[in-house]
Parts: sequence; C-alpha cells; structure tokens
Amino acid sequence: MSDEKKQYVSTRNACKLCSPLGACFAMRGIEGCIPLIHGSQGCATYIRRYGISHFREPIDIASSNFVEATAIFGGRDNLYTALDNVTRQYTPTAIGVTSTCLSETIGENVPMYLHSYLKERGEGKCGVAGQAPPVFYASTPSYRGTHMDGFHEAIVSAVKALADPALKRGGERINLISGFVSAEDIRELHRLLALYGKEYTLLPDYSETLDGGTWEDYQKLPAGGTPIEAIRRMGEAAGTIYLGKAVPEDNAGSYLEKTCGVPAAFTDLPIGIEKTDEFFRLLTELTGYPLPAVCEKERNRLIDAYIDGHKYCSGKKAILYGEEDFVAAMASFLDEIGVVPILAATGAANDKFASRVGENLRNTKAKVTVRDDTDFSSVLEMAEAEKADFVIGNSKGYYLARNLGIPMVRCGFPIHDRIGGHRILHLGYRGALNLFERICNALMEASQNAAPSGWTYI
Amino acid sequence: MTDILKERTKQVFEKGKDGHDIECGKASTAGSVSQRACVFCGSRVVLYPIADALHLIHGPIGCAAYTWDIRGSMSSGPELHRLSFSTDLRENEVIYGGEKKLYAALTELIAKYHPEAAFVYCTCIVGLIGDDVGAICAKVARESGIPVIPVHSEGFKGTKKDGYRAASEALFSLIGRDDGKELAPDCINIMGEFNLAGETWIIKDYYKRMGVDIAACFTGDSRVAEIGRAHRAKLNVVQCSGSMTYLAKMMKEKYGIPFIRVSYFGIEDMSKALYDVAEFFKNPDILKRTQQIVADEVTALLPKLEPYRKDLAGRKAAIYVGGSFKAYSLVKALRLLGMETVVVGSQTGSDEDYKYLKEITEDGTVILDDTNPLELSRFVLEKGADLLIGGVKERPIAYKIGIGFCDHNHERKLALAGFEGMLNFAKEVHSSVMSPVWKYSPARRKAAEGGLR
Repeated sequence: MSDEKKQYVSTRNACKLCSPLGACFAMRGIEGCIPLIHGSQGCATYIRRYGISHFREPIDIASSNFVEATAIFGGRDNLYTALDNVTRQYTPTAIGVTSTCLSETIGENVPMYLHSYLKERGEGKCGVAGQAPPVFYASTPSYRGTHMDGFHEAIVSAVKALADPALKRGGERINLISGFVSAEDIRELHRLLALYGKEYTLLPDYSETLDGGTWEDYQKLPAGGTPIEAIRRMGEAAGTIYLGKAVPEDNAGSYLEKTCGVPAAFTDLPIGIEKTDEFFRLLTELTGYPLPAVCEKERNRLIDAYIDGHKYCSGKKAILYGEEDFVAAMASFLDEIGVVPILAATGAANDKFASRVGENLRNTKAKVTVRDDTDFSSVLEMAEAEKADFVIGNSKGYYLARNLGIPMVRCGFPIHDRIGGHRILHLGYRGALNLFERICNALMEASQNAAPSGWTYI
Repeated sequence: MTDILKERTKQVFEKGKDGHDIECGKASTAGSVSQRACVFCGSRVVLYPIADALHLIHGPIGCAAYTWDIRGSMSSGPELHRLSFSTDLRENEVIYGGEKKLYAALTELIAKYHPEAAFVYCTCIVGLIGDDVGAICAKVARESGIPVIPVHSEGFKGTKKDGYRAASEALFSLIGRDDGKELAPDCINIMGEFNLAGETWIIKDYYKRMGVDIAACFTGDSRVAEIGRAHRAKLNVVQCSGSMTYLAKMMKEKYGIPFIRVSYFGIEDMSKALYDVAEFFKNPDILKRTQQIVADEVTALLPKLEPYRKDLAGRKAAIYVGGSFKAYSLVKALRLLGMETVVVGSQTGSDEDYKYLKEITEDGTVILDDTNPLELSRFVLEKGADLLIGGVKERPIAYKIGIGFCDHNHERKLALAGFEGMLNFAKEVHSSVMSPVWKYSPARRKAAEGGLR
C-alpha cells in the first residue's frame, strides 16, 4: 500500500465535487425543503445541471445571487430578498441555506442574518403572510473538503434546527442516516426498515423527490422526503445508525448522542455480504429482532449467485474510485468476490483513507495502491502501469476505461452517460447481487466481444 | 398557479395583450431560481473549444469539476480543451493567497501538456484573496514563451454576458500574433460558432464551396495560431450575437474589420448568412456559387423535411435558450415545420433582440427574459405547447409535464446548424413530439380532457 502524495500541484479531472453540491442534494431529501445557495448565481445553476444529468428530474435550487456590490457591502439584503421570494414562489416547508466559497471568504455571518431574518419575520417586517417555514444553515465553503462534507453538514444542520432537543432516548424509533446513496438504495433501506416494524427516521430521503413518477401538473417541490415531524422526533430514538465513517466530527449522529442521549453507530455503507451483515447486526441490536426471514433468503440467494459467477471475476483486477465511504465499502465487496481493487482512489484528502481501505481487504494478498487527494488524470497515469481488467465507479471514470481500453461498471454518483444511474441498487444483499451481476456481465461481454469465435455459451 | 415575482413583472410579456417594453439585461432576482449561470460560465463557454490551449480554472474545485467535458465542441486535432484543470484552492490558500499555487500549477501543466497558450480563469474568490493573477500570468508567459492570459471571470461580477466580454478581451489579446499563413483575398472570420457536433465543419464547407477563405473561427475547432491571424480577415461573420459582438466591435475599431450578424439555424437564416457574406465581397463568382449551393441544398432538403412537416404541422412549441438571436432562427425553423411558437425566452436577450422577437411572433405568444422553472412551466402549460426547446436544465421541466424536448444547448451531440442540421432538427423534434409514450402521460390526459393546457 502506498500513501505517496500526489505529483501535481494542480487538480486534473477532479474526482470530487464542491461542498454546496452535497448539501443541496441532502436538503432535497427533506420534505418540502428548498436549498438556497448564498453566493453567485452560477453555483446554483451548475449544481442543478450536474444533478439533473444524473437524476433526470427538476432540481430547483435558489440563489441569493451576489453581484459586485453584494461582495463589497455584504449579502444580507440579497439573502432576505431570496428567502422572501423563495417562500412566496415555492411555499416550502423548510429552507436550507448553504454558503459558498464567495460568501465564506468575505466573512458573511449567515447565522446572524438568519437570526435577525426570523425575528423580523415574526414581527411581520419581512417574509410572506401566513408562511413561516423553518430556515436552517449549512456552512459549506467550497475550499474545504468535498461534496461529502457538504452532505453531512446539511444533515447535521437540519437535525440541529428541526429535531426537538428536549426529547430523550427511550422509544423504539430508529434513526438511519443514509449516506450519499442512490434513490433506489434509499427505497431499499425503507423496505428493510419496514421489515422490523418499528417507527424510523430515514434522513435524507430523496427517493421520491429526485426519482418520482410523472406529473399531472407541475410540482413546485415534488412530494416525498424525510418529513419534518420525523426529524423532530429523532431525539427519542433508541439509536442512530449512520452509514458512513468519513464523517465530520460534528455530525447528526454525535449531536443526537450528546443532546438527546441517542447512541450513534457509524458503519460502512452496506455493500457486499460482510458490510450488509454488519448493518443487520446493528439493526438487531437496536430492535432485538433477528435478521428477517426474507433477508435470510436474499442473503442465501446472493451466496448462490457468488458461487455461480465466481470464476468470471476471480482474480480480476479493478480500478475503483469515488467518495471515501463508497470506495471503502466497494473495496470490501470486491475483495469478497475475489476481485482485487489494485487501485483505490478518492479525491478527498484523508490520511486515514489507505488504512481504512486496507482493513476492508481481508482476502487479497496482492499489492493494492490506495490514494486519497488524487484525481482522474493521476489515476490514469498510475493505471497505465497496471494491467487492470475493468474500472468501477461513477461515469466520470469513462475517461479511464476509454483510455485503458477496458470495460467499465457504472455505479455511484454521478452517472451522466446512461439513463437510470440514480436507480442503481448498491445496498443490502440485493444491491450486492445487482453489482455482482453487473461486474460478471461486463467481463463476460468484454471477453465475448474479444473472442474471435464469439461463443454464445459462456 | 405561479404568480410572477413583482421584480420580474416587466420581464414577462404577452404579445397582443401587454404594451410594456421588456425589461432585460439586469441581474437575476435573488431567490428566483434563474436558469442563468454566472460570469465564469460566459467566459468558459466562449473559450472552451480552443483545443490546443490550457484552460486552468483558478479557484476552489467546483467551477472546474462542473465544466469538465461539458460541451459538445469537437476538435480535428488536439483535445486538451476536454480536460479539466484547477488550482483547487484550499483553506490555506484562501488565508495566505493562491499565487504560489497558481504559478506552480501553470508551470507544471505547461511542461506536461505543451499548450500553445494558457487561459487562467479567475473564479469568485480570486480577487478577494488578493491574488495578482495578471502578474503571475506575465511571469509564466516570460518563462514559458507562450501567451498566458488572465480571464477576469469572477462569477459575481455581472452576468453571463460580462463573461462573454472577459473572454472577448482574452481573445483580443491573442489577435495580431500572426503566423503568416497565406489567406485568400476573400477571407472571413467565423465568430460565435463552437463546433458542437461538428457544426463548424459544416459551415466551413459551405464557405469553402463559395470560394470564401476562413482566417479563424471563434472558437469552434480553433487553435491559438489561427486566432493570431484573425486580424487579416476582411469580414467578421458573427453568430450567437451575445457572446461575440463585443469582440467584433473591438476588431472593427482596431483593425477596421466590419461585421455582420448571422445565424446558421434553419433554411431561411442559413441561406441569408451565405448570401450576406457573398454580397459583402461583391464577387460575381462567389455570388453565383452561393446561389448554386443554396439552390442545391434547399432542393435536396425540402422533400426530406416533408414527412416530418406533415406530422408536426399545427403543433405548438416553446423556446428557452441562452441568447435570443438563436430564438429568432428557431421561431422561423419551427414555422417551416408547420409549428407555431407560443412561448419564447432567453437568458441574456437585449432590448433590440426582444423588439425583433415581438415582431416575428404571433399574437398570444409569451416572451420571457431570464425566466425560471415555475414561470416557464406555467406558460408552457397555459399555452399548450407540445415541445420545449432548451438545454439540459429545461429538459426535466418539459418531461415532467408530458411534452417533447429538443436540446439546443452547448452540451448536445447532434449537429443542428446548416441545411443538414435543419434535417436533423426536424428528425429530433419529430422523434420527441411524435413518440407514443406521451399517451401514458397524465398531464397529456388532463389536457385532452380539457384541463389547463
């Protein structure tokens, strides 16, 4: 394993996005919530465009729309106007405000602005008559961390603003923080939680808001999302399961632990058998119920599939990239099916990333290169020396697959060059089955196309 | 129903009903969910297709990440423009300044990729943290021997149009670095044509067949060297007026090159573009060849359009695009297919643009400046459009309310310019509007039952 730092000062073809993007998508997973970016118009528009190409759904994100004078005199008035206008136009049940590199650099005190806005709104000096949506704020300077930091920050800021701090642990509720997973994954988590029969809060939940059905009339803010009431009650849960370990210190899990005494367990994304087993163990601890029979069957079917397909992928070498939590969990999954993730990369900077991935590789004895704070061009340069069999990750890695002339298995975020990217199932035993089949089929297709004979039985 | 925000009432106009001048050119209203981007976006889209230049985005990572391979601009040679380079500023640089990192990034990237020039795009915070980008660029230019040009595209310093201006200034600084390539006497620059899906090649082919030489193209499939010789052209032929008129004006002032505005979309405007260029040169041979090209192309094209026109006649369309010059052509091109435009708008139209749009549209047409999803969906539904023409951000608005969509923005991979582009356009519109999937759409069903459409 290697922890050499990157060779280039610049970032070439980034393997990460900026913090406000993650915050906006998390906010879209709260019922009736509209994100409002405090900064230039372009941030909102670029993030919308990036998301629309993946989810293929309207993703309305407002902006306080800085102009030159705003950057000089401060953005208070713009923020007020934006909050009023977005309330008037969207009648939201909550507004999530994020910062940007611009508003952070000029030292905007957004919490103070919001405090006075809410006070004045209560006095009828601003706002829209008859409407008083809660407003919460996520500080997301784009020069710090990645989109994942923004994602987690938005969640903790929503919980701080919307969860009742007076509640104490006691009930049987379950809190599940989903991580930045696909809409299909969130639906799967709903299904699994429902099997336990307990009340729960799944946050965020963009399974409907960013992957809904077609409409009869235009919906200002699509139905779905974590209900505000479900967030309010998070403090009375028996525990919080937080999917993801690359989480800032100040996060929704530890906040609820400190404030309401609700214990938090941080676990890898449940990708593959091992990590899904861990997830179910946590659910069993919280509920006292064993693995549901239907999941037992799914687990067994997955093992059956692993055995049926193992020869197609055993010993194959993969280039794996994406967010830290995604890569760590995927590395565990690849390792359990006999694929060696010879190169595992993330754009996030974290010294602990290599050891974390290493811990998840229980089977392979092969040399594995793990890189944090890297980019796609560096990954390509490193990969040129290796003989990888396929690349696995989001669609930006097509750049690697095409240059290396090897197949690609698309998963994660974003998928900009196929439809249905937001409906790829990764989590749970069924997610592992889906990923396993995609990998085997991609390898089988490549060898079939390359074979002079073009066999029809493989 | 969505009410129009009070700040925006004058940016919405219904022909035959309203009497006001359309307000335009102003900053988007805070909280309005504008479809516009920012100054950086304006600069980035204009300079993007220059394939042998290094495009380094100075700032935190977002701006570079969101514009990686974002356009369908093709190159016949190098493809350096399709990579995304960023100084990826972190907290440390925000505190202590980003000059050192910028210098190191430029130096390493020039050494690695051997570009013919480098553009350094300043994003929002660059000025605020006190970086003297001009000084760093000058230093690296001296050391590397290539032009290193700062592009002052801080996102908040105006609108997308100001980004066009910053890009024009950057391009202007390259003009006059002559490579000495021989040019025919009847020679033009193509401006505001970005070679999406190879469109520049289609247009260049027409000009070549006319006997008109091309000095440079701004900026489709262009190279740093050709931009350097642009001052020797006799005429600037400007498409996409928003992005390049500023540069054309600067070139007129400094080099005395006149310019004309054209559009390459639709038969009418495409033909006019070629004729206008032919007439400028007052060369009977060119004029004769042009007549022949137009006659041949139109004669070949019209029968091919007929089956599409038959199906589409009587359908209604909505248009929302970046610049309104393109909107004019689309209104006319749709008319050729028998379709009426019932809603039309742009992000950056000018007074003059909107006056012209008022002239060429029918009574009842709604004209929108800098609109947003709620307004746009409202008028599209109210006016009963069957199709929306726009970009990726507009696409889900159309689909969610059960109407067809045609991508006419910079990301597309289908050539829509020229005579052959008109045929592609007809096919594209037809493939969406005539798809059987709409019969399952509840919004369509409601419309058929006499609901609001």
